[in-house]
Amino acid sequence: MNLEAVIFYLFALIIVASGGLVVLSKNIMHAAFALMFTLFGLAGFYAMLLSDFLAVSQIMIYVGGILVLIIFGVMLTSKITGVELKTGPIGKVNYLFGAAISVIIACGLSLLFTNSKWIEKPVDKIPDSSINAIGYSLLTEYILVFEVAAVLLLIALIGAALIAHKDQIIDSDASSNEISTNNDIKIKE
Amino acid sequence: MEIGLTHYLIVSAILFAMGIFAIITRKNAILVLMGLELILNAANLNFIAFARYGGLNVNGEIAALFVIIIAAAESAVALSIILNIYQNYHHVNVDEVETLKD
Amino acid sequence: MSAENILIISIVILLLPLVSFIINIFWGKKLGKLSSYIASTILGIDLILAILIFVNKVFGEYQVSSFIKNGINIITNNEIIQAKINWLNIGNFNLNLGIGIDNLASIMLIVVTLISFLVHIFSMIYMHDDKRFSRFYAYLGIFTFSMLGIVLANNLLNMYIFWELVGLSSYLLIGFWYEKDSAANAGKKAFLVNRVGDTGFFIGILMLFSVFGTLMFDDLFATIGSAETITAIANGSIHLPFGLDYQTYLTIAGILIFCGAIGKSAQFPLHVWLPDAMEGPTPVSALIHAATMVAAGVYMTAKIFPMLTADALNFIAIIGTITAFIAATIAVTQTDFKKVLAYSTVSQLGYMVMGLGIGAFSAGFFHLVTHAWFKAALFLGSGSVIHAMHVAMHNAHDHHTDPQNIFNMGGLRKNMKITYITFLIATIAISGVPLTSGFLSKDSILAGSLAFADLTGGLAWLVPIVGFGVAGLTAFYMFRLTILAFHGKPKTSIAKETKENSFKIVMPLVVLAILSIWIFYSPNPIDANSGWFMDKVKVPTSAVPIEYQRPSMIYEVALNHTLGEQAHSATEFEESMHHFHLPAMILSLLIAGAGITLAFLIYQFKIFNADNIEKQFKPLHTFSLNKWYFDELYDKTAIAFTMFVAKIMSYFDDKVIDGIVNGFAYVTRGVSKITGIFDNVVVDGAVNLVANVTGGLGAITRKLQTGKVQAYVALAFVGIIALIFIFI
Repeated sequence: MNLEAVIFYLFALIIVASGGLVVLSKNIMHAAFALMFTLFGLAGFYAMLLSDFLAVSQIMIYVGGILVLIIFGVMLTSKITGVELKTGPIGKVNYLFGAAISVIIACGLSLLFTNSKWIEKPVDKIPDSSINAIGYSLLTEYILVFEVAAVLLLIALIGAALIAHKDQIIDSDASSNEISTNNDIKIKE
Repeated sequence: MEIGLTHYLIVSAILFAMGIFAIITRKNAILVLMGLELILNAANLNFIAFARYGGLNVNGEIAALFVIIIAAAESAVALSIILNIYQNYHHVNVDEVETLKD
Repeated sequence: MSAENILIISIVILLLPLVSFIINIFWGKKLGKLSSYIASTILGIDLILAILIFVNKVFGEYQVSSFIKNGINIITNNEIIQAKINWLNIGNFNLNLGIGIDNLASIMLIVVTLISFLVHIFSMIYMHDDKRFSRFYAYLGIFTFSMLGIVLANNLLNMYIFWELVGLSSYLLIGFWYEKDSAANAGKKAFLVNRVGDTGFFIGILMLFSVFGTLMFDDLFATIGSAETITAIANGSIHLPFGLDYQTYLTIAGILIFCGAIGKSAQFPLHVWLPDAMEGPTPVSALIHAATMVAAGVYMTAKIFPMLTADALNFIAIIGTITAFIAATIAVTQTDFKKVLAYSTVSQLGYMVMGLGIGAFSAGFFHLVTHAWFKAALFLGSGSVIHAMHVAMHNAHDHHTDPQNIFNMGGLRKNMKITYITFLIATIAISGVPLTSGFLSKDSILAGSLAFADLTGGLAWLVPIVGFGVAGLTAFYMFRLTILAFHGKPKTSIAKETKENSFKIVMPLVVLAILSIWIFYSPNPIDANSGWFMDKVKVPTSAVPIEYQRPSMIYEVALNHTLGEQAHSATEFEESMHHFHLPAMILSLLIAGAGITLAFLIYQFKIFNADNIEKQFKPLHTFSLNKWYFDELYDKTAIAFTMFVAKIMSYFDDKVIDGIVNGFAYVTRGVSKITGIFDNVVVDGAVNLVANVTGGLGAITRKLQTGKVQAYVALAFVGIIALIFIFI
């Protein structure tokens, strides 16, 4: 077993373990932090796969952006007292059903991946960094997709702000009361 | 055994299955969202793995990059929707949000 | 004036009152009192045109000619100027309309337009306070229009159309004050009673049309007596209805047509409507009684005179005699001013019809004209009195006194001098005193009746006896009326307060009274034959085959006459009439004088006490006062029979028809109940079954739709797995 294999299995363990924690944990905060480790593990994998730019992006965007966003969501939609932070599965039947589907998919995909005869074309020449090629491609071959992605992000930004903001205006009274008498307000539809 | 394409793919398959499990079984909408992120990352791992071993080269990395972009946009919108649900229902339990039924 | 102009002018005369009607019926409310001036002006023009035609036709000569212009067949001869228009053509079925002006028509034109004009003027004051003032003038317009239509008709169809229009407008005018029940009922009665006569008239018209195929008077008369018709009937190529022989057929047709006259001219037994018609406004009474409605019957009888057989004439004479007698006896005891005049009218109409029936054609028609003047004068005089009484009552704030009862009057002579004088002249005229027109015409009829009786013999002597008796009665009751109303002392305070009316009421009276003087008809005050009237109105040549005619009335030269050629030689009847002229005159003078004297003795000088006489003849008096119980008789017979039949019909309806209908309803209901059960159980069951099955399936499949996103996702992955296993 060479070093590469050792590092691979280390990262694989981190990913699978923390991923299992994400899906099984009853505490949302624990799940969120477990997700952070999964993402770090994946960033390691990317680095192993010679995609240094993606590895950095993974850490910056996922861990620094998306995960923080998710934690903000958890904070905004849960009682800080902690009781509500714990959340369980939706029912035993569904739990078993979901588990069965997951196992079948995992096994099926694994079988598929192992039995397939991949035409492997490993990259021989290892570049100093892939960032140069990526930047070049984005501004030539993928310029349109790049711009559309920019627009998509803008739309997502505006849409998210609008969706979250709109009801605050309508329910301005309700949201002001919400702090003190949260349970008393019944919202219709 | 030398570490190759298949190893990465199997990890991604496990990650994918876990994401599905989270989506199907978890009650809290934010955990469902996390499951979704796991699935996206599994897909991303596949892209990168093929970029390294399958000859996709930089194209695979760019695809992964766009997946990350879309994931960011998606999670922003999803969280705002969850916030909205919370304002209306005072909880974010997906199984209790079933007005679609009627 | 040319024949064409005469026809055009007569159409204008006919249509002008219609214009008045249209103006007043549509714009009457806006016009207000102005409507009376418009209507009167129109009638004034009408009168001038009528005089123009009268002068030109009666005293003019016309060449025989016949030509067609613009599809109008214009036929002229010295007798008649007429126009015929083809109105309806269906195969061999031809209907012609037209107008014709002969001497009768041109004289009647003046009578109608003049009296209508005077009534228009009179009504300006009399109807002044009525709320439907302009409506009244509209009705007067249509009444005049329809009467002029009858006068100008040269065929039975035209005549029948306007005949019914007269019926309608009389209904409107008699029931003009329809707020009063009695007026509304009188209008209905007049209309319904007239319908009885009109039905006969119509059947008669159809009888003639079915055999001869024409309704034009001249064509009809030419066909009736022609040799072709007689041979055609003899060999059966013309079928007479009901298998009648020709004489009976002609007699029945004549009598049926005369039935119309019985209704319109208020002859026995259909005279009952006329006294009730007094419920209408008094000017209307004058119009109906003198110029329009009642005259229509006599005029029509005169028009169809040539086609009447001897039997039909006898029938007419009998009807006229009975009417004259009954009405005269009733008039003696009546107390209502207008009722007396009404029965007097019926009686005088009986006279006219009797005159026509006995063959004294000219005398009968002459009496129609003279009677029109003095009867109009009498009615308008009574209207003047009633109006004066009303005004006096109004001033005295009295609403209980009957302004029409002659026992509430008396002494009006001093207050209403002009009304009194004109009324007296008219009374003298109707009583048959010399120097009046009434004397001339009545005397001619009486002479005719004597001649008729002499030539016929036997029971025919009843005709002159009744005729003279009625003359005496007429003189008696007319003077009774005059004396009670105008002479003596006022019987009530109201009568004392009366005042003479204004010019518009008095002027028509004066005009009519002047026209009651002999000079307008004959220069000789005791012999009508020397005047223009008898010269211009000759007995028309009979059209029926000679063996059906009354022997005494056959002209010597009539055997080979052609139409349009006047036969001038006197008949046996005319000679006899001439012969009886003097005796008739003396007799009638004596009898009229006796009647007048009696009236003065009883009511003026009170030598005989009226009450004592009344008591002595109590049954007779009651009988007369109650109008011979005609109304009661009709109530008990005709109306009771109708009611009885109606009851049977109603019973039949209730039991049989309703029974059948109800039976059907019952059966239908039963059937519908069964089909209802079928519907409810089978059809609805099937429908509900389908619905329930669908609903059940829906409820089952609905379970799959949990509304839970995660369940959908799970199922989606199950699907993906399935696909993977299928394809890989």
